[in-house]
Amino acid sequence: MAATPAIELRGVGRRYGERVALRDVTLALGAGATLVVLGPNGAGKSTLLRILATLLRPHAGTCRVLDAELPREGHAVRGRVGLLGHDPLLYRDLSGRENLRYQARLFGVGRDRVEAALDAVGMARRADEPVRLLSRGMVQRLAVARATLHEPEVLLLDEPRANLDPGAAALLEPLVGRGSGRTRVVTSHDPAGGLAEADLALGLRGGRPAFCAPPAELDPDAVAALYR
Amino acid sequence: MTYGKGLRGLSLATVAILTAAFALVFFYAPNDADQGFVQKIFYVHVPMGIVALCGFVAGGIFAIQYLRTGDRRHDLRSYVAIHLSLVLAVGVLVTGSIWARASWGHWWVWDEPVLVSFLVVFLLYACYQPLRFSIEDPEKQARYASVFAIVAGAFVPMNFVAVRLAEQFTHPRVLGTTGGSLPGSMRLTFLVALVGMVLLFVTLWKYEMAAKNASFQLRALRRRLTGEDEDLVPAGRSAAPRLTQSAAAAD
Amino acid sequence: MLRTAAAILRKDLLVELRAKESVPAMALFSITTFVVFHFGLRRVGVSGDLASGVLWVTLLFAAMLGVNRLFLPERDQGGFDAFLLAPVDRTAMLVAKAAGLFAYLCLVEVVAVPAYALFLLQPPLGQALPELIGILALANAGLAIVGTFVSALAVQTRIRDLIVPLIALPLLVPALIGAARSTAPLFASGGAEAMDGTWLVVLALYDLTFGLLAYAVFDFLLED
Repeated sequence: MAATPAIELRGVGRRYGERVALRDVTLALGAGATLVVLGPNGAGKSTLLRILATLLRPHAGTCRVLDAELPREGHAVRGRVGLLGHDPLLYRDLSGRENLRYQARLFGVGRDRVEAALDAVGMARRADEPVRLLSRGMVQRLAVARATLHEPEVLLLDEPRANLDPGAAALLEPLVGRGSGRTRVVTSHDPAGGLAEADLALGLRGGRPAFCAPPAELDPDAVAALYR
Repeated sequence: MTYGKGLRGLSLATVAILTAAFALVFFYAPNDADQGFVQKIFYVHVPMGIVALCGFVAGGIFAIQYLRTGDRRHDLRSYVAIHLSLVLAVGVLVTGSIWARASWGHWWVWDEPVLVSFLVVFLLYACYQPLRFSIEDPEKQARYASVFAIVAGAFVPMNFVAVRLAEQFTHPRVLGTTGGSLPGSMRLTFLVALVGMVLLFVTLWKYEMAAKNASFQLRALRRRLTGEDEDLVPAGRSAAPRLTQSAAAAD
Repeated sequence: MLRTAAAILRKDLLVELRAKESVPAMALFSITTFVVFHFGLRRVGVSGDLASGVLWVTLLFAAMLGVNRLFLPERDQGGFDAFLLAPVDRTAMLVAKAAGLFAYLCLVEVVAVPAYALFLLQPPLGQALPELIGILALANAGLAIVGTFVSALAVQTRIRDLIVPLIALPLLVPALIGAARSTAPLFASGGAEAMDGTWLVVLALYDLTFGLLAYAVFDFLLED
């Protein structure tokens, strides 16, 4: 018997006024698998991520995450999903530790998790400095800590390697990479790298899916055509 | 529900009743002993006020419906109701001012609680359209406007009570005479004027709804003809609610 | 929900403590306004209705400054997303922000009211102080609730700081009436007179009504 997919979309669409942001997205992603979303700017990648994160409501189709129907049962999903977007979502006047403690209180997570997370991203030493004094790479590391603090089952990552040097990227791999064992949806501007770690690839162009298949079954030209 | 249906009959009825009201005001209702002819502005001022207040509250009720159902047509109804009531509110302020000038020699008086309350309500609702216009996402615009309409609609009665309590009355309230204390001929004229004003509001409301609906359906048809992918000349920023094609087509 | 609200309030107070922007500005604005009133009115001292009015109008405008900045940390820094992603009751944000604004207003008044007594108020403040504190508390509650509501409404628009006073001031008229009318006898030139309790009831009803209204509609302002 097939296990329930972690993420299941059918005909999902979203408008912005009269403009179509996303249209007719259908896919099923098993637990622990990685979906990579490719496409040029404005293709709807971030919109899709935000719908899965329960931040946006789909205007059409059905959307199920962790066996809960969005948006109706969104509250059931919120504590189990982690979003890492372009915005680190950290308060610049507070320190890393204070930010994570606040996050912990919102998610009902213990303080010891905060210390463990700081260690895991290698920010334990500089955790008491205000975020506005930190470099972008460090801010990104704290953002990863924030997104994974509550040990979500599903990770939604918008270009997770941005601002990270290879050393930092390697450090964070067990948290947000394939090694984490979590279900992941990753958007990427690097088709080759993205496809290498994906179980399923979705190509978006103008809000519409151009292709949706495991990388092995993909037509190599299809990916290039996406960005033309 | 199409808004155009029965519009002609309604318009004729409105014109008829308003004409009757005019006739009554000029030929039937007696001249007021104190204020003379000018007092007759009361027959315009008070019905306008009553209808405007009901319109604001109706706008709030439609807004509640929109938030509950998500049907954009409720938002459109709310918008039109508030928009028309705002125009009537300006009328109330102007007629009130004229009356004050004729009766007391000043273009504005602070001891008329109804007039003062209307001023505050007007200032509040004057923000409605700028608020809508400043939010570009149509869905968010509708949602925020609805929240505003609900709170503002609940605020209207609260404001009236507060202002009424605050003003000292140095002379009896003449601007707002309750129906019960009017002599028969004045009461009849007043009622006819009130009915006329209500009909006028409803007719204008239906006209505006029908017009907006027609333009949405036109746009929806154009979209269908040119193909969904083509970008029509973008509708541009607008304070008025825009129905999506499915909502418009349902009419 | 209250625990979440407490967490948000704690975070906000921490941010304000670090940045020290809103409260000092509001307090300084109040004092400056009193000085401006002195020059504008050409009076050495005010009492009665006039004194009550000047104080409350000044506090009202100072509150507008605070309201404009209420959701600033969310808008510029953490973003609403961090909160929206959490499995919490969203009205906690309303409670937390209103409580924060209430606290800021109290802090501002600790500075502004003595300054008022020093610069402009003619009769002595001493005997009327307990009643004044009661009125301030009730009025602050109303200001806090309405201010939070309007701030949340305005934060998503393009003209946020322009529209805040335009919407907030008419909505606050009943509160202003209640506050000014109840304070006026306390500032009577012959010495503080008895306060009229009706206005306190008006204020309390106003607070209750808007509290319920804001609670009912707040969710719609946060979702997308």
